Amino acid sequence: MAWSLSRSELHRLFRLQLYVHIYSRNKKMSRSKTNMEEVKVIGFWASPYVYRVTWALNLKGVKYEYQEEDIFNKSGLLLQYNPVHKKVPVFVHGGKLIAESSVILEYIEETWPQNPLLPTDPHARAMARFWTKFRDDKKPDLYGFFKRAGEEQIQAAKEAQECLKILEEHGLQEKKFFDGDKIGMTDLSMGWLAFWFEAMEEAAGVQVLEANSFPRLHAWIRNFKEVPVVKENHPDQTRLLAYFKWLREMYTKPATT
Amino acid sequence: MAKNDVKLIGAWPSPFVLRARIALNVKSVEYEFLQETLEPKSELLLRSNPVHKKIPVLLHNDKPICESLIIVEYIDEAWASGPSILPSDPYERAIARFWAAYVDERWFPAMKGILGAQDDAARMAAVGQVTEGLVLLEEAFQKISKGKSFFGGDHIGYLDIAFGGFLAWIRVTEGMGGIKLLNETKTPGLLKWAEKFAADPAVKDVLPETQKLAEFSKIIIAKLRAAAAAKAK
Repeated sequence: MAWSLSRSELHRLFRLQLYVHIYSRNKKMSRSKTNMEEVKVIGFWASPYVYRVTWALNLKGVKYEYQEEDIFNKSGLLLQYNPVHKKVPVFVHGGKLIAESSVILEYIEETWPQNPLLPTDPHARAMARFWTKFRDDKKPDLYGFFKRAGEEQIQAAKEAQECLKILEEHGLQEKKFFDGDKIGMTDLSMGWLAFWFEAMEEAAGVQVLEANSFPRLHAWIRNFKEVPVVKENHPDQTRLLAYFKWLREMYTKPATT
Repeated sequence: MAKNDVKLIGAWPSPFVLRARIALNVKSVEYEFLQETLEPKSELLLRSNPVHKKIPVLLHNDKPICESLIIVEYIDEAWASGPSILPSDPYERAIARFWAAYVDERWFPAMKGILGAQDDAARMAAVGQVTEGLVLLEEAFQKISKGKSFFGGDHIGYLDIAFGGFLAWIRVTEGMGGIKLLNETKTPGLLKWAEKFAADPAVKDVLPETQKLAEFSKIIIAKLRAAAAAKAK
């Protein structure tokens, strides 16, 4: 059945279509404009927390500008950008500043949903966040062996191993990655195990993550290092070792009276 | 949803448990509250949170979720049709998460410092740190609330819940030391916020009574002081 419209109805329909077209074009532009706004990461080459952010951006194909900050000589910019904690990474997106790596990762995930780092199921998301928090909360226990010597170091190494056992048996379990078959937010947060930990062990002259005691974590490290965005972007091992040796000297220097 | 699909393992004095209770109330979720004495910890708690053995633990269809702020986000996502707890804009969400992390990692340890202080000098130092933190939170409140009643705007949200969980403890600490942590001079916004938060329907029936908590706090203080003394040796 033909549907005929009067001239004025046609005009009204045409105007409506035009408005809808302009509105949706503007919406698309502002969405893509948000995604296209300038992205900057302020970091320090030896920070695993900075790498969490840059790996996430690379996984999602987001272009960004990187600005190196000397954390031992903090610039006015860093103090201005992150006055509360004065730490890296700081993430800048279209003039908006965000600090704290786990907060930045969630923001990246929400702003650029491609190649998701978190599962969709709420319980699985809660578990991913749980393990990132575990790793960050246990930092003193995990790093303690690096700062100590002698008997204290042996005790600290045992504490680190207890945490690593929990990661191996409860966190990773039988999975290839913490987040399943592909890497996700948790794996990025555990990235420090893949490169930094062995450099810290070598600098401190102690083996904590033994292959026999932690076969799954060792397998995870091998798999993680093979992931393209990780393979293409990680700290230089020689430079990292030199850095940790220097840090170790500072921590274990006898106090001057 | 049947009441026994949702259980919360907790204890009434805990500010972390309170966060979970308020979030469930915001979403009008019926749940069974399983009170822990923590001495000893129940089998269910040890089984549900083997890593930390701590409360709160949310059990949703027998699946455990641990860590209070993670539980709050879970509640927001699992009951997505209810009022939103986190803001919808990614940047506003980041700001809320940033300050909630600040409360847990910087501000709360300073609060414990007041309660566990061995002497007046230590207590004064801790009060100073807590006050500095509250001034930062006041600034944050002014920026984030944009003149409205709560961090979350017209309704309580993630950051209100994260910080508000500590309100009863703030009042107990004020009573103990004869100090005003929230005051007209340094934190006028937070002072008004506190009254509104405490009166919110999702909060008022679960916020511990200050007097009851003050009595309970004597046990906690003794433990904190003993721990601090042991550490000092």
